[in-house]
Amino acid sequence: MAEYTWPETKDRSLIGKRITRLDGPLKSTGTAKYSFDVNRPGMLFAKVLRSPHAHARIKSIDVSTAKAMPGVKAVRVIQDAGAEIKWSLDEVAVVAATTEDIAQDAVAAIQVEYEVLPHFVNEENLTAAPETKPAQEETTGDPATAMAAAEVKTKGEYGTAMIAHCCLEPHGQVAEWTDAEHVTVWASTQNVSGIPGQIAEKVGIPAANVRCITPFMGGGFGSKFSADRWGIEGVELARETGAPVKLMLERDAEIAVAGGRPSAFAEVEVGASRDGTVTAWSSKSWGTGGVGGSGTPPLPYVFKFENQTHQHTSVPTNVGASRAWRAPNHPQGCLITMSALEDMAAKLNMDPIDLFRKNISTDGKRASVYEEELGKAAELIDWKRNWHPRGAGSGQVRRGLGLALHTWGGRAHRSNCEVIVYPDGLVEAKLGSQDLGTGTITVIAIVLAETFGIPLEWTKVALGDSHFPASGPSGGSTTVGGVSSSTRRGAMDARQQLFERVAPYLEATADELEAKDGTVRIKGAPNRSMTWKEAAAKLGVNPITTSGSNPGPGKLNDSGVGGVQMADVSVDMETGVVKINKMVAVQDCGLIINIKTAESQVYGALIMGITYALTEEKIFDPVTGQLLNGDMEFYKLAGIGDVGELVVHMMTGPGYDERGVIGLGEPPVISPGAAISNAVANATGVRVPNLPLTANRVIAALEKGGVD
Amino acid sequence: MAPDKPDKPHKADKNEPRPTSGVSRRDFLRGSAAGAVSTGLLSGGLVGAATQTETAEQAADIAGPGPIPMAFRINGDRHTVNLEPRVTLLDALRNYMDLTGAKRVCDRATCGACTVLLDGKPAYACSVLAIEAQGEEILTIEGLGTPNRMHPLQSAFVENDAQQCGFCTPGFVLACKAFLDKNSDPTIEQIEKGLGGNLCRCGTYMGIRQAVLDVTGKGATNG
Repeated sequence: MAEYTWPETKDRSLIGKRITRLDGPLKSTGTAKYSFDVNRPGMLFAKVLRSPHAHARIKSIDVSTAKAMPGVKAVRVIQDAGAEIKWSLDEVAVVAATTEDIAQDAVAAIQVEYEVLPHFVNEENLTAAPETKPAQEETTGDPATAMAAAEVKTKGEYGTAMIAHCCLEPHGQVAEWTDAEHVTVWASTQNVSGIPGQIAEKVGIPAANVRCITPFMGGGFGSKFSADRWGIEGVELARETGAPVKLMLERDAEIAVAGGRPSAFAEVEVGASRDGTVTAWSSKSWGTGGVGGSGTPPLPYVFKFENQTHQHTSVPTNVGASRAWRAPNHPQGCLITMSALEDMAAKLNMDPIDLFRKNISTDGKRASVYEEELGKAAELIDWKRNWHPRGAGSGQVRRGLGLALHTWGGRAHRSNCEVIVYPDGLVEAKLGSQDLGTGTITVIAIVLAETFGIPLEWTKVALGDSHFPASGPSGGSTTVGGVSSSTRRGAMDARQQLFERVAPYLEATADELEAKDGTVRIKGAPNRSMTWKEAAAKLGVNPITTSGSNPGPGKLNDSGVGGVQMADVSVDMETGVVKINKMVAVQDCGLIINIKTAESQVYGALIMGITYALTEEKIFDPVTGQLLNGDMEFYKLAGIGDVGELVVHMMTGPGYDERGVIGLGEPPVISPGAAISNAVANATGVRVPNLPLTANRVIAALEKGGVD
Repeated sequence: MAPDKPDKPHKADKNEPRPTSGVSRRDFLRGSAAGAVSTGLLSGGLVGAATQTETAEQAADIAGPGPIPMAFRINGDRHTVNLEPRVTLLDALRNYMDLTGAKRVCDRATCGACTVLLDGKPAYACSVLAIEAQGEEILTIEGLGTPNRMHPLQSAFVENDAQQCGFCTPGFVLACKAFLDKNSDPTIEQIEKGLGGNLCRCGTYMGIRQAVLDVTGKGATNG
């Protein structure tokens, strides 16, 4: 039996090629059914009553009018009298009715009396916070002495606002009890295999009796791992009414309470020698992810210095809790670090690429990757020709270049796969995984087709059902490594079984056979062969069924990537408007199974990054504690005309491919904010401290003038 | 960022002024039905006055608030369904006719995920009342092509990977169709302006741009 490896480059017919997404036709024709699209016979619609206050105690709640309304089938109080509400739009009660409009009418008819309590929602000024949770200071070397001795010093403030996931398909689900003990949920989730256990525990039935079905999912970005309170309420409403219930979040709730990336603000001091060697780093950061406060951004990021110290303070606010947002804490750490280092380069009158190069060796094993990627990115954006010292431009519209580096793990998650070879030649893989739009289905099909030497048309991939073998949640760039590895192992085992069955017909042993070009044949003697369909037909009536797992034997995946991005922007010095001219992303992620969908994911990350760099921000009213922009008119996403020219270059070949598969979802979304902020500083001559780089922030920074 | 929206929701009577801001017709109707608007603009003025002088014949013109029969021509087929007058075209399609290709995302005429064509013109179905769309030729994504018989634009979306999660895709495809029907030879700038009324969260704009170029025969495909 062969070792579990990926085929050599010369033996690959599909892996590493540009393969068109297999579920594309279903999506482009509107045929793909998402959870929001599931309509069941007799289905009811649920609507949620939410608190209008950011902090309050419920004094009384009266649902009698709502309950009596025609068409209303159930009203559940989620938080009763006495409960303390800690953020606005928190769930208070929920209604199920025959139509959406009736459910909404009933929600409006629920009477709630609140005792309004003081709230805190604006954390940018740390001194105003009523409660803070400082973390332990992390120190290496003797930063105080090194800072005092530094030849050149810079001091800066940097930050990024809290943003929302704003998934286009909101959170929610359709729940239907098939009998008194079994429930099926069509949940919009990144965690198909993990949802049943979460629901079962809350509704008091065995996890085996809960089935989650999610064939398509309209965006998660880290916010859809949990069954959520609205999930449990939906299941309970379905039980109470004996009817299927659809509960999907309204847009305001989706933005306000179904996801947020923590803010981060920092004061940073950097010390360096005149040649650009950073000798000391000192930072204090703070931020909020809502009621739970925030995690600690990695500072300094990517770079490590001999003498460094960092201390983070988490600030709880009366805002719906944060959720993992692509590459948790990294974009914040990246923005703060890359900005501070670029400020130092500007003070030294140095090209930041030179300063970054001078200090990147401190990162150790990935230093050579960054070297290669810096070179490639500089070439693609024509850095030498287009870069100028900070603020050297003139005129009303000024152009600038900026760069940033990032890193991410992306180790493969636990995954199980069932592989079935049918006697008619079709090969199927079943996994309790999910395709968030990243191309997971296509990747699995490629692995099957490559392993069996057959065309993609002879494969079938079934995901999105918790009745399939359990596979991990899709988060942290862990899916592609997990599902490709479990599929490869299962497929290689199935292939071996098939070889054993057909070897006698070819007068050979199983180990002498290979599956290539739609045939099963003797290695080195391709004329001694049978077609794949003939080989499969030898199975008689019973398919071969195997299972593959990750982790498992053989080296199929790895973790740890770099990545370099550069931005070319224009800034209107009169209006403060920032325009993206071009962005370049150079990214490694080990062995790339499908270049086409991998590139798409990086394009997408750049666009998401441009959006949080320029416009995205959850804006809270200090007086009412309300989210002011819980809609898509004012919670702004970039449109097709806002993104400029995007160039993506994936690092492949020797040095990368032999590492095996590494995830890609997080890394390319880390750098855009930092690269764009640096480009704006380069263009304007001043640092705009906080993202998003809205016109008013740019104007304010220009009025304030240059950096220290 | 001020996306250039596609044409405002289209309606049959072009002479009647449309609400441009503030409380939408839909919110207003919803509020009225719930009894929440009792002393507002209408009851204090127009409706109050009208009620007193109405003849029986005029009263028959008032629809709802309960469900009333409505008829639609959608993708060439006739659909009849009983709907409250306050139901939007989007909800009518999704909740009453199981045509779920048009998606509900912003629900406020910003994102374009609900785009359908009314007599060939793009409309945000979330902000058109179903009752107003009677008599119009409605094209939804389901009527444009099927996975086995895709419209060339749909094939170009697939080929250029102009979709990730795919939730914005049906709306984008129809917005592209309406745009190209009006301008079959657009520049990149025109594409970016003309498709500014649709939003994607995964970031598929590069593919969409290329798909449109490919359909016009301008793009050397990057697929």
